[in-house]
Amino acid sequence: MKASRYAPARLILHCLLYALLLGIMGPLWAAAEGQKSTADHSKFKELQQPFATGPEVTKACLGCHTEAAKQLHKTTHWTWAFRNELTGQTLGKRNVINNFCIATASNWPRCTSCHIGYGWKDDSFDLTSETHVDCLACHDTTGGYKKFPTGAGHPNYEPQEWPPKSGKMRQPPDLQKIAQAVGSPGRDNCGACHFYGGGGDGVKHGHLDSSMAKPNKDLDVHMDKDGLNFSCQTCHTTGSHEVAGSRYAPKASDDRGVVVPGQADQNRATCESCHSPQPHKAEAADRLNQHSKRLACVTCHVPEYARGGVKTKTWWDWSTAGKKNAEGKPFKIKDADGYDTYDTQKGDFVWEENVVPEYRWFDGEIQYTLIDDVIDPNGVVPINRIKGSADDPKSRIWPFKVMRGKQPYDKQHKILATPHLFGKDDDAYWKNFDWNNALKAGLASRDKTFSGEFGFVETEYSWPITHMVAPKEKALDCAECHSKSGRMAGIEGVYIPGRDGLPWLDKIAWTLALLTLLAVLIHGAIRIFMSKRG
Amino acid sequence: MSQRIYIFKRFERFWHWSQAALILFMLVTGFEVHGSYSLFGFAAAAEYHTTAAWALITLWIFAIFWHFTTGEWRQYIPTLDKALDMLRYYLSGIFTHAPHPFRQTQLRKHNPLQRLAYLLVKLIINPLLWISGLLYMFYGSWNDWGLGWLSLSWVAVLHTLGAFMMLIFLIAHVYLGTTGHTPGAHLKAMITGWEEVED
Repeated sequence: MKASRYAPARLILHCLLYALLLGIMGPLWAAAEGQKSTADHSKFKELQQPFATGPEVTKACLGCHTEAAKQLHKTTHWTWAFRNELTGQTLGKRNVINNFCIATASNWPRCTSCHIGYGWKDDSFDLTSETHVDCLACHDTTGGYKKFPTGAGHPNYEPQEWPPKSGKMRQPPDLQKIAQAVGSPGRDNCGACHFYGGGGDGVKHGHLDSSMAKPNKDLDVHMDKDGLNFSCQTCHTTGSHEVAGSRYAPKASDDRGVVVPGQADQNRATCESCHSPQPHKAEAADRLNQHSKRLACVTCHVPEYARGGVKTKTWWDWSTAGKKNAEGKPFKIKDADGYDTYDTQKGDFVWEENVVPEYRWFDGEIQYTLIDDVIDPNGVVPINRIKGSADDPKSRIWPFKVMRGKQPYDKQHKILATPHLFGKDDDAYWKNFDWNNALKAGLASRDKTFSGEFGFVETEYSWPITHMVAPKEKALDCAECHSKSGRMAGIEGVYIPGRDGLPWLDKIAWTLALLTLLAVLIHGAIRIFMSKRG
Repeated sequence: MSQRIYIFKRFERFWHWSQAALILFMLVTGFEVHGSYSLFGFAAAAEYHTTAAWALITLWIFAIFWHFTTGEWRQYIPTLDKALDMLRYYLSGIFTHAPHPFRQTQLRKHNPLQRLAYLLVKLIINPLLWISGLLYMFYGSWNDWGLGWLSLSWVAVLHTLGAFMMLIFLIAHVYLGTTGHTPGAHLKAMITGWEEVED
């Protein structure tokens, strides 16, 4: 609802209530903000020593936190494998295929710079090793700890150049200092991977990028640095190193009600878990609460994504990769804002900001197209399929970022092909730009034989939008959906006033109304004419 | 010679004009909600439409009470007596200043065509709008009320149909209001309550 439509008296009342709330809650929030651990890690003897490598730090951590690594071993953050009980599919970064850099297999050292471990450089990585858990990626509070982009999860222990051939040297982190200052994860810890997914700032999600590290109120009403200042874990509640909320199996609707202590399920990674399924209290509350039964909260409350000044990638065409410039060298083309629109290694890109989401019915079930799934290359291949319909009371209309592009597929086996992109070997696409070798090696790493014939197929990948929640004054205006060619244009199975109706009824009825008007006007004209004649 | 008779009592006139204003407003806001044009903006139109609906419902409750307590409901008992004469009058006699076939009295204030038209409004158009409109308004409670089998699109279509019928009635009604013994006579009577009738 728009603030301008608040009656003055009500506005004043709201201000007073809000001030009262702030007065009560302010000190509590402040207390939480300044909450200090009961342990000063710099005083621990175990940490008062130089550390040569990350695993050495981990070994010291595990000396006291005896169960931490075992807990982490059970998480998707560690396994990169996720069993979706709804669909029976095994997902996770090890298994899914996307339309960004396509797949992790055979490209491990580059991808696993975002793994919470050390040394996942090939399939031989030991997922049971406790000392290879990276505690600092999440618990560094100094900001000085950075995993090296091609280091398979390790930071660089010697000065190393990054980006390649840039002449910029990246200094190794001071592990001792960092280890002595560990604490609860902050937004930058989560953001180091989740803001930069897909190989750069904002590339993948569109609603998570570096602007979310210190957002203002307009960008995210909950994480507003001068306001509520939520951390990621405020909603993504944690316990035993397990973090609530899943993109593979999201809750499309949540009828648990407000989550209070004592409930078995303390997951707060839904809007409803704090706001209740009937959250509207001000004007038009009834009608808006009716909407809550069919719409996800974020459909109205995240009017656009990529709103923080960072663009997100919306199109990635691998089929144009491999072009060389006049000197026969790989090259890049940048747009006016400095975003790559072409890269010999990767093909063509489109970047967008302030993007209007696409909307779909969603019941929480997402079916992925995996390496064994036969595709129809004549159409657009869905990387994932969003399930849900108007007939299902648990389904809600959700906003999505739909990532589109073209990517290689095996023409004979009719499967999406996973290229070997990164590596120093001759097969790596980014070294020799030979698709045949890259696809052969990449598919072999997934135990698939490349038929030798490949093509490029258009794909689309739907990402539920959940972050960048705008303040209520900036929620979507009704007419954005309640209009003929509004945002709900593609949504079926529900009557939307302002959009729907029977066009033939309208046509006949307006014609009848006009004819009636015409008839009475003619009747009146004849009366005037006849009375003038006398 | 003509004489003045008191046809429309105070409440009746209040009811007529406030209903007229509300119906006009509801047509304007309703067709905006329907997507026919943009005037107030969807949100405001929907809100105004709902508020006006409650006002009109309140008014109707009073009007129905009034009709039954005063016995005025009898004014709408349909009759075909002189209906054809009325039709003929509207189609030809009115142009040649032929005498009006119907003589108004306090007990028969509406001519037979009026009776039929108003009865149609009261028995068909109003209930159609009222019932479909209330269902529309409480769409979110259908399941709780055991009405989950209803289809919003049909309720909305019936509501739209009712609105079009009301619009067409309104056009004809306003024009026929000018067909008294002078063009302004009926209007004047509807404002003052007094109608001049010829002996």
